[in-house]
Amino acid sequence: MTTENVTEHGATEHGAGMSNAGYIRIAAILAAITGLEVSTVYVDFGPLFLPALLIMMAIKFIMVVSYFMHLKFDNKLFSFMFYSGLVLAVGVYSAALATFEFFIK
Amino acid sequence: MTDVTTHSPASGTGISNVKLGMWAFLGSECLLFGGLISTYMLYRSRVSGGPRPAQIFDIPFTSVSSFILLMSSLTMVLAVSAAHKGDDRKTNLWLTVTALLGATFVGGQVYEFTAFYNEGLGFSTSLFGSSFYTLTGFHGVHVTIGIIMLMSLVGILKRSKVPGKKAEVVEMIGLYWHFVDIVWIIIFTLVYLIPV
Repeated sequence: MTTENVTEHGATEHGAGMSNAGYIRIAAILAAITGLEVSTVYVDFGPLFLPALLIMMAIKFIMVVSYFMHLKFDNKLFSFMFYSGLVLAVGVYSAALATFEFFIK
Repeated sequence: MTDVTTHSPASGTGISNVKLGMWAFLGSECLLFGGLISTYMLYRSRVSGGPRPAQIFDIPFTSVSSFILLMSSLTMVLAVSAAHKGDDRKTNLWLTVTALLGATFVGGQVYEFTAFYNEGLGFSTSLFGSSFYTLTGFHGVHVTIGIIMLMSLVGILKRSKVPGKKAEVVEMIGLYWHFVDIVWIIIFTLVYLIPV
């Protein structure tokens, strides 16, 4: 099952609900978050520095995957294929780093 | 003469096998880059007398590079959108802009590598150097492959010799390109912005 809508011209409109203006809005938000990320180098965020950076990174990642890669609008099987690899990678390499006491040092 | 037209094979699930295969490939790529990123995180403080990350990283320069790659994702998605609307002219335009932005990013990476080398960070200078060049080099190779695919696609679109559904081919290359972008989102934060 796909979410592509057939237009009056017979062409498929990819990603229901997202227009070009919508993509530009997403890109503007991504650019703003990147600016905030870079500002952490020059502005002292104190103890919030690391969590803020990781959260902003995660938000950008999810926005690109959801909207630009259309996972939000596409079949859930695609999400399963991709996130399985991602979760496996995070799990395996977190365990590997833990064996080297990376998170303790 | 037999007219041979290539179609996507029928799928029992009702979804595109090509797209499913691409997502499976991207899922497996997470494991590749996960290994490279983990190795860098483990070795980033092992400088062995060579330059430290904070001494050589040029954050403003890399920020501009990151912004360029991020914007290439926008032009890529506009190309996919144009392809789905059947607008060949705009599809070619946005694909070309995406390739140019990607080439600018790779050019920036070549400049950065040259600057780092001149400042004393060779591939075998330290574990930091080896893991840094391996990680960012692998990413750069992925971007370069993406540029080759984009330009090849522009060429075959102009000759209207795209096998299968045209929009789906553009979309598959788009998925690869966005993946390269999300990998850089992670690298930019973990490698450049978080100090050792």
